[in-house]
Amino acid sequence: MHFLVFIKQVPDAAQVRVDYETGTLIREGVPAIINPFDKHAIEAAVRLKNQFGGKVSVVCMGPPMAEDALKEAMSMGADKAFLLSDRIFAGSDTLATSYALWAAAKQIIKEEGPVDVFFAGKQAIDGDTAQTGPGIATRFNVPLITYVVDIKNVDPEKKTLELVRLLESGQEVIQTTMPCFLTVEEELNTLSYAPLPYLIRAAKTSVKVLNSKNTEIEAEYCGLKNSPTKVRKAFTPPKRERGEMIEGDSVDGIINQLYEKIEPVLKTMGKVQ
Amino acid sequence: MIKQDISKYKHVWVFIEHENGEVARVSFELLTKARELAKDLGCEVHAFTVGDKVEQFADEVFKYGAKKFFVIEDPFLKDYITEPYRDAIVHLIEKHKPEVVLIGATTLGRDLAGTIATVLQTGLTADTTALDIDPKTKNLLMTRPTFGGNLMATIFCPDNRPQMSTSRPGVYKAIEEPAKGQVVKEEFEFDKSKYTKQIIEKIIEEGEKVNLGFYDIVVSGGFGMGSKENMKLIQELADVLGGTWAASRKAVQAGWAPQTRQVGQTGQTVHPKIYIACGISGAIQHQAGMKSSEVIIAINKDPDAPIFEIATYGIMGDVIEVLPKMTQMFKEKLGKA
Amino acid sequence: MSKKDFDVIVVGAGPAGMAAAYVLAKAGVDVIVIERGKFPGSKNVMGGIFYRKPMDDLIPEFYKEAPIERHIVEQRMWLMDDVSHFSMGIKTQKHNSEPYNCFSVLRAQFDKWFSKKVVEAGALLINETVVTEPIVENGKVVGVRTDRPQGDLYADCVIAADGVQSFLAKSLGLRKKITPNKVALGVKEIIGLSEEQVNDRFGIKDSKEGVTIEITGPFLKGMEGMAWMYTNKNSVSIGIGVIIDDLINHNMNPNDLLESLKNHPSVLPLIEGGETREYLAHVIPEGGYKSVPRMYADGFMVAGDAAMLVDSVHREGSNLAVESGKLAAKTYLEARESGDFSEKTLSRYQEKLEETYVLQDLRYYKNLPELLEEKRYLLTEYPQFLIDAMTEIYTVDGVPKPEKFRKIKGELKSRFGYIGLAKDLYTIWRKLR
Ligand SMILES: Cc1cc2nc3c(=O)[nH]c(=O)nc-3n(C[C@H](O)[C@H](O)[C@H](O)COP(=O)(O)OP(=O)(O)OC[C@H]3O[C@@H](n4cnc5c(N)ncnc54)[C@H](O)[C@@H]3O)c2cc1C
Ligand SMILES: Cc1cc2nc3c(=O)[nH]c(=O)nc-3n(C[C@H](O)[C@H](O)[C@H](O)COP(=O)(O)OP(=O)(O)OC[C@H]3O[C@@H](n4cnc5c(N)ncnc54)[C@H](O)[C@@H]3O)c2cc1C
Ligand SMILES: Nc1ncnc2c1ncn2[C@@H]1O[C@H](COP(=O)(O)O)[C@@H](O)[C@H]1O
Repeated sequence: MHFLVFIKQVPDAAQVRVDYETGTLIREGVPAIINPFDKHAIEAAVRLKNQFGGKVSVVCMGPPMAEDALKEAMSMGADKAFLLSDRIFAGSDTLATSYALWAAAKQIIKEEGPVDVFFAGKQAIDGDTAQTGPGIATRFNVPLITYVVDIKNVDPEKKTLELVRLLESGQEVIQTTMPCFLTVEEELNTLSYAPLPYLIRAAKTSVKVLNSKNTEIEAEYCGLKNSPTKVRKAFTPPKRERGEMIEGDSVDGIINQLYEKIEPVLKTMGKVQ
Repeated sequence: MIKQDISKYKHVWVFIEHENGEVARVSFELLTKARELAKDLGCEVHAFTVGDKVEQFADEVFKYGAKKFFVIEDPFLKDYITEPYRDAIVHLIEKHKPEVVLIGATTLGRDLAGTIATVLQTGLTADTTALDIDPKTKNLLMTRPTFGGNLMATIFCPDNRPQMSTSRPGVYKAIEEPAKGQVVKEEFEFDKSKYTKQIIEKIIEEGEKVNLGFYDIVVSGGFGMGSKENMKLIQELADVLGGTWAASRKAVQAGWAPQTRQVGQTGQTVHPKIYIACGISGAIQHQAGMKSSEVIIAINKDPDAPIFEIATYGIMGDVIEVLPKMTQMFKEKLGKA
Repeated sequence: MSKKDFDVIVVGAGPAGMAAAYVLAKAGVDVIVIERGKFPGSKNVMGGIFYRKPMDDLIPEFYKEAPIERHIVEQRMWLMDDVSHFSMGIKTQKHNSEPYNCFSVLRAQFDKWFSKKVVEAGALLINETVVTEPIVENGKVVGVRTDRPQGDLYADCVIAADGVQSFLAKSLGLRKKITPNKVALGVKEIIGLSEEQVNDRFGIKDSKEGVTIEITGPFLKGMEGMAWMYTNKNSVSIGIGVIIDDLINHNMNPNDLLESLKNHPSVLPLIEGGETREYLAHVIPEGGYKSVPRMYADGFMVAGDAAMLVDSVHREGSNLAVESGKLAAKTYLEARESGDFSEKTLSRYQEKLEETYVLQDLRYYKNLPELLEEKRYLLTEYPQFLIDAMTEIYTVDGVPKPEKFRKIKGELKSRFGYIGLAKDLYTIWRKLR
């Protein structure tokens, strides 16, 4: 079977800080990582490959430095890595991104054969849109299963599998045919500590670069100009100031002070008279 | 990019999300917000949905000000499945050309919106927390947090219609404003062989269906609570305050609370009037889900815990000692003793 | 002959390991470098002065592309007590033009760059993998075991460049346990300032030029150690290293020491208002020549800090690491001609090092560690005397100069005694011979 995983390289959101003077994010020195959800997608694909045979391809759209993310994916066990990198993609919104990744995936299919299961993360931690995966699935017109937390009963002969996905109110089990497109949650699996041969192979294998020249990507659907959504302004939310530490001799005293402070709020809510 | 004649598009549409015969509250919140937008645009608010027996929601929908309710009914649509829902909704949208389409940023809404926008080849802004109309251009301005809430971006979609947004539950208040509405039933022919996906089983977590966004007061427990038993202290306080309880991811991972109660980047986002963080360190991923609460109260025994950096009121102390006393005090003050 | 995955396994992607891997890869040797950090440099700590020469021999004009911070045009030496410092130093335009003398670098960036060159040269670099033990067969090192599943690797030769704690050298019995009187604990901070602030405060005209300050003297309260400040592009590295034994005996904590250094009236104005960007702590081997172990075994060589190659007097370490890595690689290349990687063949490595400045420098100072251990007062009392004397000379208070000099001479005599002074000078002269 052939598994194709879409991975994004993102700044580690936990380390991004805000410069309140300029109202921008401080990205300097913030490490670029594989989007955490996408790592679980890679892990899932590698496990399926180990169980049923086949190969795992990964693709990432981003600047040349995104090669690091792809190398890491290979050291987790992916076999083929593709970097989709071209200036024409700059400023793409999710519609344009899903177009470019779809076109790249078609090229990968040409080179590596048809895909049985496509994987993406549930969402990227920088933009948090959760739109790219559904966008690509729609373009391929394959069944989309989002928020996947378990993969069961894979039948490579009949080309079916079952997925457990999260609902607002619980979970549901979905059966689908392959090819299909999954976006995955972190709960899907725990990452394994990869064997050394994976790392060696990753170090030895180079990443193939895809761009507007070696794929059939049409520039008129790419980049800022051809993205329907535009950013009008970006700003930092007002800084939450460090508030007041309530201190006192006794816990009761402290709690009483607290009560007095929030009483007005409770009043507006009609909790107290 | 596909060029469109955008002048043909009119009215603000709100998707009515439903499950097990019940409308999701976020749909009413969005109808309420849509009334404001429609006023600014000089147009009407319309609701739409697809499913089996969905006309029954008409009364509720009109109560929140929708002038029309577009529906496609088909037993095939009994349960939500992405693709048939998408195809039916795309049919409605292409036929009636709304200017704005609002969908709740729920699990279902986020699953659906991305695929619809792709078919329609229009822009979609996810997870918005503010919607406004630009007075000059009449474009919809959609504001949303990114980078775990560290940055806000205002996004617009000038050349494509409809302008689509998913909006977070709990951001707008649902306020009734009854209108006399009209149900518009549409037909859609399904080629059922096209859909190769089916639901085998639904596991509804009884009693745990909780949308933290509905509550004005959220009492949240973290790893500092120490044990599953101690989480009761949180629940008791929440009960007395008439709020709900929630947890940090570490508490969820420890098995002290269900995932459905997790607040944060990978959980729910809440904007209550009062958020009480108990034994929560305040990691950035947690903050992403609660930073915009009006009043934040933090109880932690570590004076350097990052939660104090954003807390309106901080109490340095042991939750095991503070919480029971706090519950007792509120019981007395709120007259529930 | 057992299994073989690679010709050479290099453990550790610091300057020593990468220099070795670079030379080997360039010669077409199949070499793999195993590094435990997320990337090379991610775990490295260095005050930050990198000497050009050995690296330039390896990668000519490397400084044109490598991420260096500033080239050093001025080196100051401060003798400091609690309220004063007496400054000496050299600023020369000879160091202000290519090929330069030395640079300030941030190792996280520099090592990453170096590792890129090594990979381009053809070596394989594996990160996030810890070597846990050497694999020894019939008394010969034939490979290493790592903490990864399926993690054994076999090769003709293993070069241990795994830093001061060198687990590999220790486990093969090449190295004695390092005693706390032979290692210093270094702590350092990087303090962010603007380029202009750095230029103004250190008196340099543009952001390419840099200054170093080495600080010792009575402010260390008789402990053996050294503090330093180096200018980076838009930050200052400030650190202090003290022999661990001294820290224990004085019941001192290095963080407090660094804090008091930062608040010293001579230091504070240089860093005031800056924001601490990084804090790092690391061990520095200071045992000198006498602690250098046998650096080879069957199928095995040790390079860099792992072989205790640090010249603490001149704060040289990374250059010795590069030099030793290079020579280990060259020794391997010679051994490969005969296909003999035995102890005997590889012993040429240590001989080669003895022929270079690396071991010659260390040998020159070989008695210094003991001298200083015996006579701690050399580090406090003479500097204190100098500071006091200079203060006296520069104080205009109506006392006639001849009287001042007499006073100073009197102090010299009462503090050290002429005989003591002569003895000390003689000892130093003898020990350095
Ligand atoms: C990709 C990603 C997504 C994530 N998403 C989320 C998310 O959605 N939500 C989320 O919450 N986290 C999330 N996290 C995890 C987050 O980084 C933190 O690990 C987590 O929030 C910590 O939970 P905590 O504060 O309960 O536990 P801890 O960090 O262990 O803090 C416990 C706190 O309790 C205090 N304490 C201990 N005992 C007592 C006592 N007796 N009385 C008072 N105080 C006490 C301690 O001082 C400490 O501050 C995510 C992480 C990643 C990498
Ligand atoms: C505070 C301080 C200031 C200094 N200032 C200077 C200065 O200004 N100028 C100067 O020239 N020198 C200076 N030095 C010395 C210099 O840093 C070292 O001499 C030099 O880094 C030695 O290089 P190395 O390659 O031998 O070891 P290291 O740079 O320590 O590299 C060893 C590498 O091996 C890896 N490793 C260790 N064990 C394992 C294992 N089991 N498996 C896999 N990988 C492993 C480590 O992660 C590390 O990357 C300073 C040192 C310190 C601590
Ligand atoms: N530039 C990209 N390259 C590859 N995959 C991407 C890219 N952007 C998004 N994805 C995939 O789409 C998922 C959702 O991203 P987003 O829609 O940005 O939240 C991610 O988890 C990735 O799997």
